[in-house]
Amino acid sequence: MTARNITLQVNGRTVEAQVEPRTNLADFLRAALRLTGTHVGCEHGVCGACTVIVDGRATRSCLMLAVQADGAEVETVESLGRADALSPLQQAFSDCHALQCGFCTPGMLMTLESYLRDHPAPTRDEIRDVLSGNICRCTGYQGIVDAAMQTAASRRSPR
Amino acid sequence: MKAPDFSYHDPRTLADLMSLLARLDDAKLLAGGQSLMAMLNLRLLAPEHVIDINRIPELAGIRVDGDTVEIGAMTRQADLLASDVLAQVAPIFRKALAHVGHVQTRSRGTIGGSCCHLDPAAEQPALCALLDAEFEIIGPDGARTVAAADWFQGYLQSALDERELLRAIRFRSWPQGHGAGFEEYARRRGDFAIAGAAALLDSAPDRSISRAAIVVFGVEPSPVRLAKAEQALVGTQLDRATIELVMEEARALDAMSDAHVSADYRLHLAGVVTGRALSEAGSLVEVAP
Repeated sequence: MTARNITLQVNGRTVEAQVEPRTNLADFLRAALRLTGTHVGCEHGVCGACTVIVDGRATRSCLMLAVQADGAEVETVESLGRADALSPLQQAFSDCHALQCGFCTPGMLMTLESYLRDHPAPTRDEIRDVLSGNICRCTGYQGIVDAAMQTAASRRSPR
Repeated sequence: MKAPDFSYHDPRTLADLMSLLARLDDAKLLAGGQSLMAMLNLRLLAPEHVIDINRIPELAGIRVDGDTVEIGAMTRQADLLASDVLAQVAPIFRKALAHVGHVQTRSRGTIGGSCCHLDPAAEQPALCALLDAEFEIIGPDGARTVAAADWFQGYLQSALDERELLRAIRFRSWPQGHGAGFEEYARRRGDFAIAGAAALLDSAPDRSISRAAIVVFGVEPSPVRLAKAEQALVGTQLDRATIELVMEEARALDAMSDAHVSADYRLHLAGVVTGRALSEAGSLVEVAP
């Protein structure tokens, strides 16, 4: 094991750190940067809870090494809003009862955030397809799809 | 779980990569990582060295030259799906790639990684079998080419030696107007399929079939071409009876069984998906004027 120095952008901030090569991006974000909004569920790429945006693309942070993010731009759920100032997507999750325990929510949010940037007018079927890589075990998907549709609609015609 | 310890190498040039491959024992190449990272996290593998090939730009890209299509091994599935050029010369790719994992795995997963890992239900190796692709390899003694027929050596086993690199996949595109069909069945969207099939058809001016290729995947340890059916179809018109004959060949494969799916059920599905893929290809083939 030889630790490596990496430099990356995380939520718009430049971060320099030393990491063990075997550390995955999710654990790096949580343990080294204390960005614990990114959740770690299955650790083998099935559940989607660890989804973050890397260089504009929704990515499983458990299936990427932190050293591979050297030079990259990473966005986590902490980039969306704050507890007292939710982002429109987060507000829509609240409005539509799109979460109960909240464990899967950061991954859901980052998947949808990335998708809605490129697809401003999605159909419910498209949203369901995009969410196929994010597993929710308590709330069910109806409210989550509703929240995505509400966000897309309000972005198209802001009040 | 967490990945075991390993020495990490991230060469920036093909030459540096090849010298690492020649020198290091017990090394694993890290492509998109969508299978390898999971296997490391589960500690199914504990290689001494991991060689990350994500920082060698020349390994990625789609090049079309006449009817020759070359796809760099590190081309990501998201980029294959987005490529209008590829969708035009080989429409089967866009149809199949929609079933490869999820948006978050396609953003990193690569065609070369999938073709070297060789899950029996993987779509991209099946397309390579369907298109009679050639696998372009670089090794310590230079370059060599392996035909699709020789690439598949069994369950999770390709013809690639541990000192070699898959550089690119090359195939001849079918004529414009050919029909392409794809169908697979998985219990959940994006899961590995229980059975899948893809078909390509071309037709003569009298509307009879002039050329056919059909592949079934997820059923045997490697994708299988239905060679007898492909030959039998030539010169015939595609109708219910001919489709039924092809489905029969699919149902005669040597199917795997596992904890979830019996061999009988898998064979039933193999017939169904083969029939549907073939029908779709038949409905899309354009007759040359």
